[in-house]
Amino acid sequence: MPHWLRKWIQGQKQTGRFHPSWILLVVLATLVVAGIVWIPVELVSKTEPERQPDAQAVSATTPPVPVTGEPAPAKNPRAPARATLASATGDFTPPDIDDLPDGDFGEAVRLGRNIFNDTQTYARAYVGNGLNCVNCHLDAGRKADSGPLWAAYGMFPAYREKNSLVNTYEDRLAGCFRFSMNGKEPPRGSKELVALMSYSYWMSRGAPIGVELKGRGYPKLAAPAQPADEARGKKVYEANCAICHGADGLGTRLSDGRYAFPPLWGDDSFNAGAGMTQVHNAAAFIRANMPLGQGNTLTEQEAWDVAKFMNSHPRPADPRKVKS
Amino acid sequence: MKTRLHPSSHAAPSASSLMLGIALIACAGLGLNPVHADSRAGAALAQQGGPGISACVSCHGARGEGQAATGFPRLAGQPQAYLLRQLQAFAEGTRKNPVMEPIARALSAQQMRDLADHYAGLPGWSAPSKTGTSDPAAAPGPRLATAGNWDKGIPACFACHGPDGAGIPPHFPAITGQPRAYTRTQLKAWQAGTRSNDPQGLMKSVADRMTDADIEAVSLYLENPAATGRSE
Repeated sequence: MPHWLRKWIQGQKQTGRFHPSWILLVVLATLVVAGIVWIPVELVSKTEPERQPDAQAVSATTPPVPVTGEPAPAKNPRAPARATLASATGDFTPPDIDDLPDGDFGEAVRLGRNIFNDTQTYARAYVGNGLNCVNCHLDAGRKADSGPLWAAYGMFPAYREKNSLVNTYEDRLAGCFRFSMNGKEPPRGSKELVALMSYSYWMSRGAPIGVELKGRGYPKLAAPAQPADEARGKKVYEANCAICHGADGLGTRLSDGRYAFPPLWGDDSFNAGAGMTQVHNAAAFIRANMPLGQGNTLTEQEAWDVAKFMNSHPRPADPRKVKS
Repeated sequence: MKTRLHPSSHAAPSASSLMLGIALIACAGLGLNPVHADSRAGAALAQQGGPGISACVSCHGARGEGQAATGFPRLAGQPQAYLLRQLQAFAEGTRKNPVMEPIARALSAQQMRDLADHYAGLPGWSAPSKTGTSDPAAAPGPRLATAGNWDKGIPACFACHGPDGAGIPPHFPAITGQPRAYTRTQLKAWQAGTRSNDPQGLMKSVADRMTDADIEAVSLYLENPAATGRSE
């Protein structure tokens, strides 16, 4: 303890009277407490803008929300310990698609895969449009940068602004049915959700929990050089997308009425509450994955423009905004 | 029917107005087909050929079923627009083939449409009842056809060519039931650049990522998927 402070305290003890240095002491104490509070808050706020959007499934991407307890991204230089963890374990290879287990669990995994690839048949009761999960999660939910299930599974439970709740992975899957599939949520514990969870779990075995894996969601794009533009997007669409999704964007049907190529808007497409209706999500998906087999061939600007064009068309309403 | 189209302004319709009415009805029917292709004319041309045009049937079979031994492709049941585009591509040189190029150049635009219409109208491939024996080289075929190999960026064949590879009109042809030699030749032609008429280079990007073993496997498998069976 400094000599002057000890002398002052002695003086206080002896006189018992107010000394002006009390004011200085209170001010210093306030600053110290404020600093203790401010530094962690600052760390968190610097972290948030770099978080990957929650786009591992199409329907429900929301703007980033501050959630403490989720891993800091690798880019944040102020969180070196966590960044090392994420980058050291960020590569994950899911098991071979045909290497399925036997027994009752294997049956659930198979059903999950079937639902994923052919939602129209295997989860018909909960689907209200013409889509299948695999339309936006390529390779049966395995492909990196296409919302792979193995990168999503270990990131739940998580708070989601979409419904202002902490969501389990099962909740998250159910949300896909409500928005991306424009249908209704299967009951928790239904065989469909159990199957999809089994399939996801099986695919994620060996993946770390709570770690942002490489390939999660869709690779976020930088803001476009020029604001996304519908008119330019229309040209991109006609040159690259119309061959499969149709000049009218309503998809291409097989003779049995099912879609060979999914509708991008209109009654049979995802509804206005789906994550894909956010242009940044759609642009990121398109850039990484479209045209099929030619991912990363469009320029980022083209991806932004065509995403804007796609989302300028009518589609089913957001069920959260429809009066029931 | 016709008299309703021509209300009774004349007590007895003349022969010429009768003919006019029939012609109008016929044109209305044909009007559904914007190119006015005549599949019967196409059928005749396919059977008999013409000046500078060999009869299609001599290589592609009496019913457009192709020829397995020589690798001449099946034409029957392919999308009309696809067939037309192939003839145009042979004439333009974006699809190289020493036999087809001179024939295509000898065809008029009308004859191309007629032929495309004729072959599109014939029944497509259906799996033979006997499954035959499977070649071990075909083993990776079902996987490539139904799931692709995304580690190498190869989508499933059937993602664009339809479930079971039966084609998705108008742009994506049927690929099942094609002679193995034909499929192999085409994939290699895309790799080599001697076939470049695929829309947006879609097939080129896929073929470039395929190994010779991949090509062999899908060529064998697609010739008759029933013989190899699907992986599970």
